[in-house]
Amino acid sequence: MTVQITRRACAALLALTAVTALAACSSSSGSSSSASSATGGTYSLWDPYPQYNASSAWWKLVASCGTKAGVTIKHTAYDTTALTTQALLAGQQGTSPNILLVDNPVVSTLATAGILTTTAQNGLSTGAIAPNILGAGILNGGTYGVPIGANTLALYYNPKVLQAAGVSPASITSWASLTAALAKVKAAGKKGITFSGINTEEGSFQFLPWFWGAGAELTNLGSSQATAALTLWTTWIKDGYAPNSVIQNTQTTSWQEFQTGDFAFAENGTWQKAGAATMGAPIISIPAENGGAAPVPTGGEFFTIPVQKDKASYATSAKIIQCLSSTSNIVTTDSTLNYIAPTKAGQQAQLTADPSLSSWVTAVGVAKARTGDNLGTKYPVISQQMWTAVQKAESGAAAPASALQAAQSAAAAKLNQ
Amino acid sequence: MTGDKSRAGSAERQRDGAAMPAPPRARPGRPLRPAQLRAQASAWGFIAPVVAYLVAFYAYPLYRNIDLSIRTYTVASFVTGNAPYSGLANYSRIFRSPTFSPALVNTAVFTFVSIAFQFAIGLALAVFFYRRFRLSSLLRALFLIPWLLPLLVSASTWSWMLNSDSGIVNSFLQAIGAGPVDWLTSPHWSLAAVLIANVWIGIPFNLVIMYSGLQSISTDVFEAAAIDGANGWQRFWRVTFPLLRPVSAITLLLGFIYTLKVFDIIWIMTRGGPATSSTTLAIWSYQLGFGSLLPDFSSASAVGNVLIIIAVFFALIYIRARHRLEAT
Repeated sequence: MTVQITRRACAALLALTAVTALAACSSSSGSSSSASSATGGTYSLWDPYPQYNASSAWWKLVASCGTKAGVTIKHTAYDTTALTTQALLAGQQGTSPNILLVDNPVVSTLATAGILTTTAQNGLSTGAIAPNILGAGILNGGTYGVPIGANTLALYYNPKVLQAAGVSPASITSWASLTAALAKVKAAGKKGITFSGINTEEGSFQFLPWFWGAGAELTNLGSSQATAALTLWTTWIKDGYAPNSVIQNTQTTSWQEFQTGDFAFAENGTWQKAGAATMGAPIISIPAENGGAAPVPTGGEFFTIPVQKDKASYATSAKIIQCLSSTSNIVTTDSTLNYIAPTKAGQQAQLTADPSLSSWVTAVGVAKARTGDNLGTKYPVISQQMWTAVQKAESGAAAPASALQAAQSAAAAKLNQ
Repeated sequence: MTGDKSRAGSAERQRDGAAMPAPPRARPGRPLRPAQLRAQASAWGFIAPVVAYLVAFYAYPLYRNIDLSIRTYTVASFVTGNAPYSGLANYSRIFRSPTFSPALVNTAVFTFVSIAFQFAIGLALAVFFYRRFRLSSLLRALFLIPWLLPLLVSASTWSWMLNSDSGIVNSFLQAIGAGPVDWLTSPHWSLAAVLIANVWIGIPFNLVIMYSGLQSISTDVFEAAAIDGANGWQRFWRVTFPLLRPVSAITLLLGFIYTLKVFDIIWIMTRGGPATSSTTLAIWSYQLGFGSLLPDFSSASAVGNVLIIIAVFFALIYIRARHRLEAT
């Protein structure tokens, strides 16, 4: 009996330890980092590309860059939204990966959390990277990573629909000419424009070109310029130029609407260019209110190096990142990921391979980082209020001006907390 | 065990000794004290896994949730773990938030309307299927389909069906001459849309439990009532319904807690929008914690705790009602 009791107690204890261990080491993959020295060992890399597996070119490139740096890489892919939480939890447990690829607006959040090292600490070079793309990685004078590439938004159009309606794409240079084109398309019995006005970050991302194109600033959501941008959207919905479904559309469902072939325009991103090519849909830049191209927000991930106990590991991590982002490698990577390279040399190489990218290169050239202008972690707060205001106005729950003013005071109250 | 058995001298003593201490009077006295101690210890050994499980998966997460809600966690202090104690400041902030009252009202409407319809329809169907007829078991199985489908599938299907421009519901409405309804995109209809989907999903659960409740009622009672001249309606209200009361109570309580925390259907169909028109407390908590690029874990856990308090409050009402039921 005594033996049995001991055994039972042991089992109970074991069960307890197993449970505690489970809770404590949910992300054990990163913990090996402290054991690895400058050469040799295992380095961990997390990315938000669950669509790729070990047999993909991207994983093979990562593995080969690891081999060149003399280490093996443990590669883990997470869903984009899960990655932020995972990175924060790992930072809390001290088990951050050696290299972390995160969506650019998250960089400032993680940097504020103290999880990331600056390029001054980790020795990454940022020399040739276009400043507007690097912008999302800069917070309070420190640079917290380098972009893997950039994508952005433009207006895809369906030439058949435009032709039937008698609209020349070249004539669309301002909001007025775009709205006039939408009216003609509607008169011809087709549908005007589709976009994603959903109440998530995607909605803010899609609204920004119009918001910035009116001359509005993120620091003042209640301005008359902001109202003009939102009124443009709500009028389109009210006049039937845009379907009611834009209120719930993600960028994917909006793209599915465009693929039906009924729509003249779709506001969507670089990542759809392969699908657009098969349906023969070229792009024009999103017009600003009074003509010219509107500033568009940059999308795309950043290579970052999270804080480690073993400071010597930064050099190797930096070496791996420099390998992954070297011109020859990044062109291949960015072409598979549908990104535009962040450097002039890289963009030139991409253009040589595929001249049809030129309008995207121009678009990325005038793009702005959402967290830029040193907004940093203020951006998420502002963005949340912005998409709420957009939703209220689109659904008719409030007028654009009052929705935006309420958003401004709510954002200000939250930021002053 | 065998050695112990011979020492205790009686297989019977041994059996209840392992499970629980036997009444002291039946004990022959001193010589058995060590055996009793061992029995006690082994009883604890049996309980330990459950205790460990409860601590790890219930007590600790609950403690963490309360801890998160009474401190001001920013992303930085979440990582370093030195968030300052802020008492009930997070709670007072969420109570004063303009989202709080719509979220609370939506939660109440969503929960009570869902349960009312699920329960009424589930009970009606259970009574309907109680009289066995040809194909009744096949039909009953068909009614279980909403329960078998993954929520992601049913919610996505509902959101396609209710789409303003290309949904089947609107084309049906137009075919019969009614105007289209912006189910998911109008602030007046979005809560109704998610309610319809949720009622549809909840019917099978009510049907199954009420049906098995009906099965446990002796047919003699119905026969007696019929002989006494009660008509069908009277038999339902005077016999079936009162006899189903214990089953109804537990169905309603489970349904209540289950509906209170519904998240997936609403999130997939409307994301709580447009604006806050279909935001419930569960949705709001998620939006605060994970919905933006900057997580606000403190406020999110405060909202979560409010939900827990509401659930506990109704569970207490249930327990009281049960006691009263048992007393009579």
